[in-house]
Amino acid sequence: MDPSEIHKLAELAKIEIDDSHISEVTARISDVLALVDQLQAVDTRGVTPMAHPLDTVQRLRADQVTEPNNREAFQKLAPEAEAGLYLVPKVID
Amino acid sequence: MHHLSITELAQGLREKQFSSVELTQNYLDRIQRLDGELNSFITVTPEAALAQAEAADAALAAGSAGPLCGIPIAHKDIFCTEGIRTTCGSRMLENFISPYDATIVKNYKQAGVVVLGKLNMDEFAMGSSNETSYYGPVKNPWDHRCVPGGSSGGSAAAVAALLTAGATATDTGGSIRQPASHCGLTGIKPTYGRASRYGMIAFASSLDQAGVLTRTAADAALMMNTLISFDPLDSTSVDAPLEDYNQSLATPVAGTTIGVPQEYFGDGLSVEVAAKVQEAIDEYEKMGAKIKEISLPHSNLAVPAYYVIAPAECSANLSRFDGVRYGHRCDNPKDLQDLYKRSRAEGFGDEVKRRILVGTYALSAGYFDAYYNKAQQVRRLIKQDFDEAFAEVDVIMGPTCTSPAFKFGAKGSDPVAMYLEDIYTIATNLAGLPGLSIPCGLVDSKPVGLQLIGPAFAEAKLLNLAHQFQQVTDFHRLTAPGLD
Amino acid sequence: MEWETVIGLEVHVQLATKSKLFSAASTAFGAEPNTQACAVDLALPGTLPVANEQAFRYAVMFGLAIHAEINHESIFERKNYFYPDLPKGYQTTQLAKPIVGAGEVEISLSDGSEKRVRIHHAHIEEDAGKSLHEDFHGMSGIDLNRAGTPLIEVVTEPDMRSPEEAVAFAKKLHGLVTSLGICDGEMSQGSMRFDVNISVRPVGEAEFGTRTETKNLNSFKFMEEAIVLEVERQIDVIESGGRVIQETRLYDGDRKVARSMRSKEEANDYRYFPCPDLLPVVIDEAYVEAVRSTMPELPEARRERFLADYGLNDYDAGILAGDLATSHYFEALCKLTEDAKQSANWIMGELSARLNSEEKTIAHSPVTAEQLAGVIIRTKDGTISSKIAKQVFEALWLGEGDSADAVIEAKGLKQVSDSGALEKMADEVIAASPKQVDNYKNADPDKRPKMLGYFVGQIMKASKGQANPQAINEILLKKLNELL
Repeated sequence: MDPSEIHKLAELAKIEIDDSHISEVTARISDVLALVDQLQAVDTRGVTPMAHPLDTVQRLRADQVTEPNNREAFQKLAPEAEAGLYLVPKVID
Repeated sequence: MHHLSITELAQGLREKQFSSVELTQNYLDRIQRLDGELNSFITVTPEAALAQAEAADAALAAGSAGPLCGIPIAHKDIFCTEGIRTTCGSRMLENFISPYDATIVKNYKQAGVVVLGKLNMDEFAMGSSNETSYYGPVKNPWDHRCVPGGSSGGSAAAVAALLTAGATATDTGGSIRQPASHCGLTGIKPTYGRASRYGMIAFASSLDQAGVLTRTAADAALMMNTLISFDPLDSTSVDAPLEDYNQSLATPVAGTTIGVPQEYFGDGLSVEVAAKVQEAIDEYEKMGAKIKEISLPHSNLAVPAYYVIAPAECSANLSRFDGVRYGHRCDNPKDLQDLYKRSRAEGFGDEVKRRILVGTYALSAGYFDAYYNKAQQVRRLIKQDFDEAFAEVDVIMGPTCTSPAFKFGAKGSDPVAMYLEDIYTIATNLAGLPGLSIPCGLVDSKPVGLQLIGPAFAEAKLLNLAHQFQQVTDFHRLTAPGLD
Repeated sequence: MEWETVIGLEVHVQLATKSKLFSAASTAFGAEPNTQACAVDLALPGTLPVANEQAFRYAVMFGLAIHAEINHESIFERKNYFYPDLPKGYQTTQLAKPIVGAGEVEISLSDGSEKRVRIHHAHIEEDAGKSLHEDFHGMSGIDLNRAGTPLIEVVTEPDMRSPEEAVAFAKKLHGLVTSLGICDGEMSQGSMRFDVNISVRPVGEAEFGTRTETKNLNSFKFMEEAIVLEVERQIDVIESGGRVIQETRLYDGDRKVARSMRSKEEANDYRYFPCPDLLPVVIDEAYVEAVRSTMPELPEARRERFLADYGLNDYDAGILAGDLATSHYFEALCKLTEDAKQSANWIMGELSARLNSEEKTIAHSPVTAEQLAGVIIRTKDGTISSKIAKQVFEALWLGEGDSADAVIEAKGLKQVSDSGALEKMADEVIAASPKQVDNYKNADPDKRPKMLGYFVGQIMKASKGQANPQAINEILLKKLNELL
């Protein structure tokens, strides 16, 4: 793990890391990866990954609209909203 | 009256020894007086609490009150509370007034409890010492130089300092049991899917589970009766019959087979803690339990597997905090990318950022199989260890933590030292099993815990065994020195 | 060099459920911004998804209609990326185990040939919100009403070889999903959106060329234009010595230009992993059979029925049965007019032409089946001539009357069949045309019927088209023959 890889991860995770911290962050992440690398020694051939502790299936909901319009309450939480819309710096495709 | 257990308080309210308003005011006064030092609450809600207490007194007078009516409790600040700030210990949600109640918050409202406020915690429940909270560390009432454990550090400290009768909490890798151990409390994490996760701010969705911290197992049973419900709003909520956990408390221990995993007594466990845990197990043997040495061979892999799975899930769960619809937004973003990156950099603390980055790495192209998939395979091996053990024993017992509460800053800057705090508790979360910690003695004048792990849905059995232990021991009655 | 075009499609089909895929908010189109975005859609902290059964039923219906394997276990994955219209910071979709496996769709081409297009799979996923680019002081507005609307994404194999084939497939798919009732088919509202993968290769070459993906086309016309343009561009690039770069492109249907979407080119790593909030969805054989037994009539079967019941030709039956709204219109018209041939002619002719010229769909036709039936009935009973019928249709289109009868009445378009009036007109024309009468008299009897046309024309002109041509013919013949 080197600083350039950390920059790539930070870009994917949308977290700014300033240059004065990058070596510290890199070192700490490397510590964690050293810990989890213990997994590599385990023989897991033929073991099905377990994404979930519950051995059960998805319950499905009936197709009914029960949610009222709560826009006013929700938009009170917004850093910036206008005309019922959430505002963000210009989105460029 | 703050020395009374919930069970005793409920009786006192019914017998009109005191009113809920008096009780509530007493706790509010204590919080006012003591919590400046402890910092166990992030938000205290006196007006709302007193209003709830008045309503509870009316219900008690009318005879329509349930068992928890009028009992003051507090919620970990990870649970959304309508109209009340819900921070999750983060700067990201410093000004977030939740527009809705978590299901478990609703459950307690319906039961008529009084909510004193919101309890401090490690930021987004990521931590084992409460030192990652944006709202400052919480002191352990037993020793103010020490941490209360985490992430439910505020919940544990508040109950231990008698600032609330009981507290809700959450446990993703030990966040209820480890603080219970460090603060001398009873703490239970139910089976995954037993308590609703709706309105509980997600850290790692397949591991997170709500539970309670109380002073006795009987209190925990009372609080669990209200906590547990089937919730159609949570797809992972289990639709199984509800139990009355009080009913089975008195069942005798005799005939129970207790498994003691050799792996939980290896290197790293303090000799003194090992001795206290062994004495507790001996106590069970005296009560007629059969003790059996067992093996959970993949135990040493629980921490590494967890630190892939939990970060992977959290890296996605925390993407919603983007400064667009709620939460922290940086000043004067120069463009959209700047808004995302600075809002998140400013809103999240170091440990949260670290876990997001580790999780991002574990899921990224080229590493997914080596990390995420591998960890989920190891998770199955860990689960299979438990399945095999529970074919032979009714319950597993061992230490909750390697040692008593440590001093602030003791784990230094290496996150891995902190991660190993949860070495005995994490496997339970990976397997989705219920776990409980009860105090079993003092080491260096600080409490240590005995951990009980059960097969899925064995909450009643765990509470029963814990209660029986508390019938023959007094560790749960010990309170931090200097408490009035 | 001769080039061959290779096209594969990814089609986003919005499912016509009442509520969203994972929340109980409405999916209705056209509401005020963010009034149909509930706590789950906004990804408020602590909220959780609960999947909508109807979306699965619809997906299964689609799978059965394309003769695909239904996967009995399907799972949801999170696809991670940041975008303001994606509140959770990930899209919940299906990657490893989609609900619908491989299938096929047969298309008919204008040369009468048929072709099979293989479907790779179809999966369920949630739609995103919308970024509105109107200027709010240099900012974009985000509307999340659409966020969480269920989609199936239908992914074809690269089996199409021309824009015509691609459009034929798209129309076939439109007919299929509207006939199933699983999508409202409103292209202008984004109910069906096409991503087109295009590459070219020299004829005879086995390897595919490098492909580009043109995203988000929402009309058949734009899709056709975009393909033609992109094929030309790729051939130009290659023939001038360049190489096609794999990229995402955007077609601007108003300006008829396409451009590369550079922002999508940044190395994106979506870090798919199973969504821990959602368990595997299990669809058993009994469920599939129950859905199969309630499948509505599909275009193929309807076409057979139209051939048998209405005596239509192959081509007309294919068009009229291909699309649900068209078939409904046709059958309503037939029932009212009891004349399948006229009904078909009107729909295929005047109505289609008019709809196309205004880019309207038959579901939104300004002239209803009831109104058009009035036109046909009044033509058949001789009230109006077929020429006047078109005028009445136009008036109905423009909303100048509620019914054919009202228009005929208001505009005085009734055909003159009254023999007294017609005889008077015939006498006048004969009197005014001595030369033509002489010619008629002196002509060879075989040629006389042809010469009648002049007199008929004059009377039609004088009656402004309202004279009954049949009656005029008879009267003129009688009167002219009397002069012989």
